[in-house]
Amino acid sequence: MSVGVRPKSPTERLLAANAWLVFAFLYAPIVVLAVFSFNDNNNVGIWTEFSFRWYGEMFQNAPVMNALKNSLIVAAVSTTVSTVLGTATAVALERYRFRGQRLFDGLVYMPVIIPDVTMAVMMLLFFASAFRMTGGFGLSFGLGTISLSHIAFSISFVAIVVRARLGQLDPSLEEAAADLYAGRWMTFRKVTLPLIAPAVAGGALLALTLSLDDVVVTSFVAGPGSTTLPVYVFGLVRRGVTPLINAVSMVMLTASMVLVAVSLVFQRERGGRSVSGDA
Amino acid sequence: MSPTELQESPTDVVEVATPKLERDARRADARRGFLIASPSLFYLILFFAIPLGIVFVYSFATRSSTGLTLLEGWNLDSYRRLWDPLVGEIAFRSLLLATTTTAICLLVSYPLAYYMATRTARTRTILFVLVMIPFWSNFLVRTYAWRVLLGTEGPISQISEALGGDPIRILFTNTAVLIGLVYGFLPFMVLPLYASLERMDWSLIEAGRDLYATGWTAFRKITLPISMPGVIAGSILVFIPTLGAYVTPAILGGARTTLLGDYIVSQFLAARNQPFGSALSFAVLAVMLVATIIYFRSGARNL
Repeated sequence: MSVGVRPKSPTERLLAANAWLVFAFLYAPIVVLAVFSFNDNNNVGIWTEFSFRWYGEMFQNAPVMNALKNSLIVAAVSTTVSTVLGTATAVALERYRFRGQRLFDGLVYMPVIIPDVTMAVMMLLFFASAFRMTGGFGLSFGLGTISLSHIAFSISFVAIVVRARLGQLDPSLEEAAADLYAGRWMTFRKVTLPLIAPAVAGGALLALTLSLDDVVVTSFVAGPGSTTLPVYVFGLVRRGVTPLINAVSMVMLTASMVLVAVSLVFQRERGGRSVSGDA
Repeated sequence: MSPTELQESPTDVVEVATPKLERDARRADARRGFLIASPSLFYLILFFAIPLGIVFVYSFATRSSTGLTLLEGWNLDSYRRLWDPLVGEIAFRSLLLATTTTAICLLVSYPLAYYMATRTARTRTILFVLVMIPFWSNFLVRTYAWRVLLGTEGPISQISEALGGDPIRILFTNTAVLIGLVYGFLPFMVLPLYASLERMDWSLIEAGRDLYATGWTAFRKITLPISMPGVIAGSILVFIPTLGAYVTPAILGGARTTLLGDYIVSQFLAARNQPFGSALSFAVLAVMLVATIIYFRSGARNL
C-alpha cells in the first residue's frame, strides 16, 4: 500500500491538476443549476434575487406532483420485486448446478448490455401484441406496464451485484453451518443472507436508481395519465428551459444524493464486516 | 486453521455416502437450484426473451401504406434498407460519437483514477465519494444542467461576453452532445478504473524501479496491464450506452444531428415504420453483442 514519500514530481503535479479539473467539470453544472433554482426571475438566465418561489410553485403544480407519485409507486414495486428475484437468481447461479444454467446465465446478462432504445421497442411491441391478443379485458398501458418493464431490466443488475458478493464469500462458513446440521434454507437465512445483506441493499439501491432515472423505456410503455417524473420533466425540457424545471431538477438531485449517503453507510458496514470475517 | 484441516476430520460421514445416495443428493440439489431460479427465469423469458423475439419477428413484417404493421408477407425489405446511405451516415455518426466519447472519458479518467488510487486512505475515501455522487445522480437532470449552462443567456455565454468575446453558440450541435455524453458517462469510466488500480500491489512498481525501469516503462509494463480489466469494463460501460443514446442528443442536439437512438425512436413515434425500426434495433443489438464479445476476448488475451 505504501507509495513511498517522493518529492512532488512534474507528473504528480499534472495528475493533481487533472483531478481538480475533472472535479470542477463534474460539479460546476450542478452548482450552477442549484444557484439558478433559487432565482426569482421568470427568465432563467437573468439573476434577480434569492427566493424559494419555484419550489413553492412546484408543490402547487398538479402534473408534477402526480408524476412524482407515479414515479414513487413504480419505483417501490419494481425495487421490491427485482430485489427478491435478483437475489434468488444470484443464489441459484452461484450456489447450484442445474440443467440449462448456462442459458439462464446468458439471459440474465442480456438486459445489462441491451441499449435503452432496443429495450423500449421490445416492451412496446410486446405489450401491444399482448393487449391485442387478450382483446381488452380492461388491460392497457399504464403504471402496470411501466413496473413490469422496470423489473425486467432491474433483476439483472441486482443479480450481478449480489452474485459478486456471493462469489467472494468464504465457502467454509456455509460448509460449517451444514456440518452443524443446518438445512440449506436455515444456512441461507442464518449465514448467507446476513453476509450478503449489504450487497442485497446495494442491488436494491441500484434498482431504485434505475427505476427513478429511466426515461426511454418508460416513455414507450406509459399510458395517458401515467407519466413518471423523469418522463414529464423530459417533455418539459424538450420545449425549453424554465425555472420550474430547475427546482424539480434540484429536488431529484437531492434525492439521489440522499441515496448515495445511504449506500455509503451500507458500504462502510460491508467494509467493517468483511474485515472481521477475514480475520 | 486452514480449510483442508477442517475437511479432513469428518471422514466417517464419507463412508456412509454411497454413489447412489450422492447422485440422489446431487439431483435433489439441482432440482432445488432450478426451483430457486424458476421465478426469475419465468419472468425473464416472458418479459425479456419473448419481447426480443417479437422485435425479431416484426423486423420481417410488412408496413402497409397507412403505416400499420401487417404480420404477413414476410420479407427482408427492412434489412435491405439498412444499407441505405442515410442509415449508413447516421450509424457512422453514432459510432464516431460513441468512440470519441469513450476515448475522451478514458484519457481523462485514467490519470484521475491513478491519482485517486495513490492517495492516502482518507483522501481516497473523500475522492471516491466525490465520484460516486454524480454516478448515482439523475442522468436526465445532469444533462439538463448543460442545457442551462450552454444556453444563449447561460453563464458560459455571459462570461464570454463579459470578457469581450462572442456569445458561445454550441447548444444543439454535435459538440454539445459530445460534452453532454462525456459528462454523463465519465463516472462510469472512473469507477472500474479506480477499482482495478486501488487493488494494485504497488510494491511491484518498486521492484520494477529497483530493476532500473524508468517510470514510464514501469507504468507501461506493470500498471497498465494490471489495470486492463478496468479499462475494458469502463470502455464497455461508456461505449454501449452512448451508441444507443437518446436522452442526451434529444436535449442537447439539433435537428441535423440525428443519431441511431433518435432514429429508432422516430420509426415508432413519428414515421410509424415498425418493421424498419425493429430491424434497426436488432442490428444495433447484434453489433453491440459482437463488439462486447470481441472486446472481452481480446482483452482477456492481453492480460
